[in-house]
Amino acid sequence: MRKNTLVRVLSVLILAVGFSATAAPQKDDGDSPKDTKTEIKEYIAHHLQDSHDFNIMASTDEETGEVHHYGFPLPVIFWDDGKLHTFMSSKFHHGETAVESQGNHYKLYHSKIYRVDADGNLNYDEAHGDHPTGRVHLDLSITKSVVMMLVTGLLLIWLFRSLAKSYGKNGSIPKGIGRFFEPIVLYIRDDIAKANIGEHKYKRYMPFLLTVFFFIWFLNMFGLTPLGVNVTGNIAVTAALAILVFLLTNFTGTKDYWKHIFDPLGDGMPWIGKAIIYIILIPIEILGLFIKPFALMIRLYANMTAGHVVLMSLIGLIFIFKSWVGGPLSFGLSFAISLIELFVALLQAYIFTMLAALYFGFASETHEHAEEHDGEVAHL
Amino acid sequence: MEKLINDFSFGLFIWQIILFLLLLFLLRKFAWKPILKAVEDRETGIKEALDSAEKAKLEMANLQADNEKLLQEARAERDTMLKEAREMKAKMIADAKEEAQAEANKTIANAQTAIEGEKKAAIAELKETVANLSVEIAEKVVKSELSNKDKQLELVDSMLKDANLNN
Repeated sequence: MRKNTLVRVLSVLILAVGFSATAAPQKDDGDSPKDTKTEIKEYIAHHLQDSHDFNIMASTDEETGEVHHYGFPLPVIFWDDGKLHTFMSSKFHHGETAVESQGNHYKLYHSKIYRVDADGNLNYDEAHGDHPTGRVHLDLSITKSVVMMLVTGLLLIWLFRSLAKSYGKNGSIPKGIGRFFEPIVLYIRDDIAKANIGEHKYKRYMPFLLTVFFFIWFLNMFGLTPLGVNVTGNIAVTAALAILVFLLTNFTGTKDYWKHIFDPLGDGMPWIGKAIIYIILIPIEILGLFIKPFALMIRLYANMTAGHVVLMSLIGLIFIFKSWVGGPLSFGLSFAISLIELFVALLQAYIFTMLAALYFGFASETHEHAEEHDGEVAHL
Repeated sequence: MEKLINDFSFGLFIWQIILFLLLLFLLRKFAWKPILKAVEDRETGIKEALDSAEKAKLEMANLQADNEKLLQEARAERDTMLKEAREMKAKMIADAKEEAQAEANKTIANAQTAIEGEKKAAIAELKETVANLSVEIAEKVVKSELSNKDKQLELVDSMLKDANLNN
């Protein structure tokens, strides 16, 4: 049984690496190595970004030099110039053509929508040189990341709904895939929530912690599939999660939590002494409020992005070496990194959840707990 | 940093917030609450079962102790009963012996009194007979001897003396 699972996991990984390899840029033999390097670099940068198409792979026709894209278009929705624009992303032709919508023209540039002139040329800012202007900021398109979030969300609902239902049918004992997920749910409850928030108040944070853990974990795992989606490696996604943690922490903060920030020394010192320390301490405490979620945001973003960059660079090496030695070598390396990434996917989800629980623990601490730290500068 | 800010997609951010909150809401309602409740119910069920098993064990031990105690009490009671019976037997024997002794003593005393009475009666009768005899003899003697007056007086005197002495 265990061996079977291992074989299955390995075969999925091999497929993942194999597919990613086919998705890497195909180039004519005549190009110089430097061009391949640049192209790989661009390809990686492109991969790390969100995309308006659900692209699975692209290939260049050997004879005509035409680039074929395999995948499907997604709806583009954005608000610009006082109007709502909606059309399918296939109209962009992967950034090659400008689209006319509601009297304006739009074009993709580095996976972002820019307003262009009628000929499809980008407007450049005079002062900043090569920075194009006219970026559409309110871009609410259903991008690849949004699709993956929807898929993950539906998967989570289906998985855990079935787990919840299996309790009723089977006399409080989970069935099927729930047997795998129940211990994880219990682990989050006992070793993350209860351990950090406390026996009495952990309950109201449980839905958030569980959702955030499985959401991040599943998206991290999807990032390792040949679909090549990098949702949790997107700063907007991690920022949204971190802001939710920030809001939840500070809106559920108790009196003692705020006292810890604005009066951490309590009655342990005369006010004149405190005043001098507080000139430094209170700004640090307030800064800490924002640094905590900021660190959450950067940690997840940087870890996932770094993992993707390393993995794709190693795969890219195959196309740089183009030899019997380099190919298998980078294949082996990328396989090893894939295994590590599989672990990192879980680890980062765990760390995010763990730290969120820790911050909720600070927020929900009551006086009995605070007394333990009386007169001591805790939780800087 | 500039690249990071440039990469920040506001639309994706909004989608993420909306979708995540929706997911949170749906999962909370349809998954986490029932799951956590089921798990908690199961845990309390297990705990209760263990507690009741422990209680049953304790009760069993109590029962056993009670049985033991009852047995011991019964044994003690039997012992005391036996002891009492033995004592009673001894007492009954002693009492009987005492009563028999008393009865015997009484019988003996009665017999003695009866004997004493008989003896007295016999003595009295004897005395009477002796007296009668004496009187008869005396009569005869007197009849023969009281021919003269002097002799009569002398006799009376001597007889009186005798009578005084005899008494």
